Amino acid sequence: MSTLQATRPFPDSEEMEISFGPQHPATHGVLRVMVKLDGERIIDAKPIIGYLHRGTEKIFERETYNGTIPHTDRMDYTAAATNNQALVGAVEKMMGVTVPPRAAYIRMVLAELQRIASHIIWLGTHALDIGAQTPFFYTFQEREIILDLYEEYCGARLTLNCMRVGGQPFNLPEGWTDRCRAFVDQLPARIAEWERLLTNNRIWKLRTIGVGVISAANAVEWGLTGPPLRGSGVKWDIRKVFPYDRYDEVDFEIPIGANGDTYDRYLVRMEEMRQSVRIVQQCLAKLPDGPVMAKVPKVIKPPKGEIYFSVEGPKGELGFYVVSDGSTNPYRLRVRPACFINLQVLPELVRGHLVADMIAVIGTLDIVLGEIDR
Amino acid sequence: MAEQDNVAPQEQAAPKPPWEEKPVPPEPRDAREHEQVREVAAVLPDVVLEAVEFAGQVTLTVPCERIVDVCRACKDGLGYKFLVDLTAVDWQERPEGRFDVVYWMHRFTDSKRLRLKARVADGVEVRSVTGVWKVANWMEREAFDMFGIYFADHPNLERILTWEGFNGHPLRKDFPIEGVDTGAAIYPDVYPPGGGPVAGGEGES
Amino acid sequence: MGNPWIAFLLVPLVKIIVILLVVILMAAYLSYFERKILAYMQIRIGPNRVGPRGWLQPIADALKLFVKEDIVPSRAEKLVYMIAPALITAPALVVFSVIPFGADTTFFGLLKQPMPPYLTDINIGILFVLGVSSVGVYGVILGGWSSNNKFSLMGGMRSAAQLVSYEVPMGFSVVAVLLMAGSLSMVKIVEAQKQAGVWFVFPGIVAFFIYIVCGVAETNRNPFDLPEAESELVAGFHTEYSGMKWAFYFLAEYANMVLISSVATVLFLGGWLRPFPNAAALAFLDVIPPFIWFAAKVGFFLFCYIWFRGTFPRYRFDQLMALGWKVLLPVSLANLLVVGLGVLLMGGPK
Repeated sequence: MSTLQATRPFPDSEEMEISFGPQHPATHGVLRVMVKLDGERIIDAKPIIGYLHRGTEKIFERETYNGTIPHTDRMDYTAAATNNQALVGAVEKMMGVTVPPRAAYIRMVLAELQRIASHIIWLGTHALDIGAQTPFFYTFQEREIILDLYEEYCGARLTLNCMRVGGQPFNLPEGWTDRCRAFVDQLPARIAEWERLLTNNRIWKLRTIGVGVISAANAVEWGLTGPPLRGSGVKWDIRKVFPYDRYDEVDFEIPIGANGDTYDRYLVRMEEMRQSVRIVQQCLAKLPDGPVMAKVPKVIKPPKGEIYFSVEGPKGELGFYVVSDGSTNPYRLRVRPACFINLQVLPELVRGHLVADMIAVIGTLDIVLGEIDR
Repeated sequence: MAEQDNVAPQEQAAPKPPWEEKPVPPEPRDAREHEQVREVAAVLPDVVLEAVEFAGQVTLTVPCERIVDVCRACKDGLGYKFLVDLTAVDWQERPEGRFDVVYWMHRFTDSKRLRLKARVADGVEVRSVTGVWKVANWMEREAFDMFGIYFADHPNLERILTWEGFNGHPLRKDFPIEGVDTGAAIYPDVYPPGGGPVAGGEGES
Repeated sequence: MGNPWIAFLLVPLVKIIVILLVVILMAAYLSYFERKILAYMQIRIGPNRVGPRGWLQPIADALKLFVKEDIVPSRAEKLVYMIAPALITAPALVVFSVIPFGADTTFFGLLKQPMPPYLTDINIGILFVLGVSSVGVYGVILGGWSSNNKFSLMGGMRSAAQLVSYEVPMGFSVVAVLLMAGSLSMVKIVEAQKQAGVWFVFPGIVAFFIYIVCGVAETNRNPFDLPEAESELVAGFHTEYSGMKWAFYFLAEYANMVLISSVATVLFLGGWLRPFPNAAALAFLDVIPPFIWFAAKVGFFLFCYIWFRGTFPRYRFDQLMALGWKVLLPVSLANLLVVGLGVLLMGGPK
């Protein structure tokens, strides 16, 4: 019979070191967190990443500009359309291409649907992490419709590859706008349904209010973007600050939170879904006619130079820093990954909290390991 | 400044809309007289080695050894509170230093961004800006991991995306794109260089 | 029935076998109904492949678990690791010996004399239930500890703290019923409700809710499923268990659900009695046999369990403790006082 091994690293202390992940149900993929615990209380947490590293930035360097687009799909695989949007936006800006208005509007529709789809995954998994099982299934039903819309548009459901430098590869299929409109028109009722399960739920509030609090100043210091930043009360959205595509022509609000805790970030994301619905509705109403592809050379060859272009991804500011040496391949294509930078704050948020709070905080940061590890 | 504005204004009376014209790429311009550059020069007059504006984005090349001073001045004096991105670019053959370390900052008051660049030779340490922006921590670790640039005073300069013991720095231009055989480097004490697991050896270190 | 061998050996043996079979089958089919009901709550279909409408799914699961590889972690404390699942399952099944499923019956004229359908009625029945079922916590703690896995250990610790804390308010809520019934015997408690003409849920409404909350916590079910909180502790104390050992934990959890529901039925919903057992206007309800009443009430509680699982998020550990010690315990004590006063003013138990 074997004897029980001492699991404590320091014989005289009550501390225990525990490795969460990389195979753990709540780490959203292959995140690993080394947690130092005193009982249930977290003394320190150290995220260890890289288990999904595929060298995407290295691969970019050997691809042509249009050839890099499919690789961006695989970064934040829950938000392929916004990844595409950021990359093609960067290259277009570098080449001085103006996208036809119809293409810009289609891009906005696709990107906002993607934002809703991404927030849906976040809501389902976040609620699942906190123990509420049912929202997961309710939300995924709606996500299915979004994926069907994508499938109809570009043939893919997850890795969309649905944008090109200079515009859109395809025009919208017949009847697509009607189906899309029907979907977004009924979505606010669904969102209200999900909220009814959670927003005023006593346990949900107990688990999220005051958990993972970060002040606005600290959020800026840690470089948070997206809902984690807005949840702390910073009214900042790339779509408003540096409008790309035609975001200056649609009307939407930037929801912000007050306390910077998990509950506020939850409310911010829920409201963002409603705002995305508004944007899609306006885009569909305004959708202009005309070509979907600008006149761009067959071979994409940006001039020598460097450029940074970012979009407001569902997770935060997603930027591409393109360095071109004037050839057909990017000399360097750096991604500014929102999740990677948002995750960095995790130890700060969980120190002194309980183990269960760490799960809530990982969920509220809405990380996707495909983008963190690239 | 319409910095990220890739959309031209609404088509005017011109017969052809801009998307049917041949695209006109932006030209790099000298930006020594640019407002954002002058602000920096007013605080630290001797740091501006070079200033370029390209597509509305200003890039400032500063001496590598002054980078922390410049960053601190930008953050505390000029209001660039937000470090958007920190990365590096490898110019393998460049004589004045192999790497560019690139800092991309944002100012909330007027939504302006400024890019700082420091040229670093291979093997030369850059001082870490983690003391200026906390967010730089992982970004510098990534630059170290991917390019092998050492950041002095970094609290925890470890590899971040690849594993400890990984051989090489993947984003260097001389790193083969098909990768290197790294099987031996994961557990050098268990698997000696030259191959995978030893026959009969134990899998735990 | 003159032969003592038949009265003291054969009849109890048959009863034991029947009760065991029923409880185990109920546990298995409870899992089926849980999956099915949860599925319908979550716009899914649930198991529907094995047999018509998936009716054979629990059987298939059981067969699978029988033939599954039984993995014992190499650094586990092997003896304890093997005993632990039995330690939790045995008490969960033993307790059913004192649960009165119905009044004395001839089984639709099958027997000449009416016979009680339960195994035995001991005069400390409820004490027996509380005492034996709390042995089960050893199975959880020892299982969590002996796995030599930190997640299991934490799950076991959580479970120990949770079970111990919730047993206290649960006990007090039971005492409130005992005051009203004046007896510890499960059968007598039901009969007291018949005499009172009203189920104890009405005078003991506070005790009833405390009992239900504690019961859910005692069985480690949502929203108190912290010991096996999947998103935090992987699978808690049974992370390392597989095959039949895991099945024992599973069986014990569901048997405990049935047990808590049965005890709640006996204590608060009048066991096998129909609503307002003395009201003549409702006499037509006597058509339904007592056993069906009992089963229906238990079924209601079990449905609530599943319903909770489909609705609630999970408490955090400190919140769970705070709820137990700071809310339920004072409330149950105050309730005990009020019920005691009430019983005193009404002239003591019947």
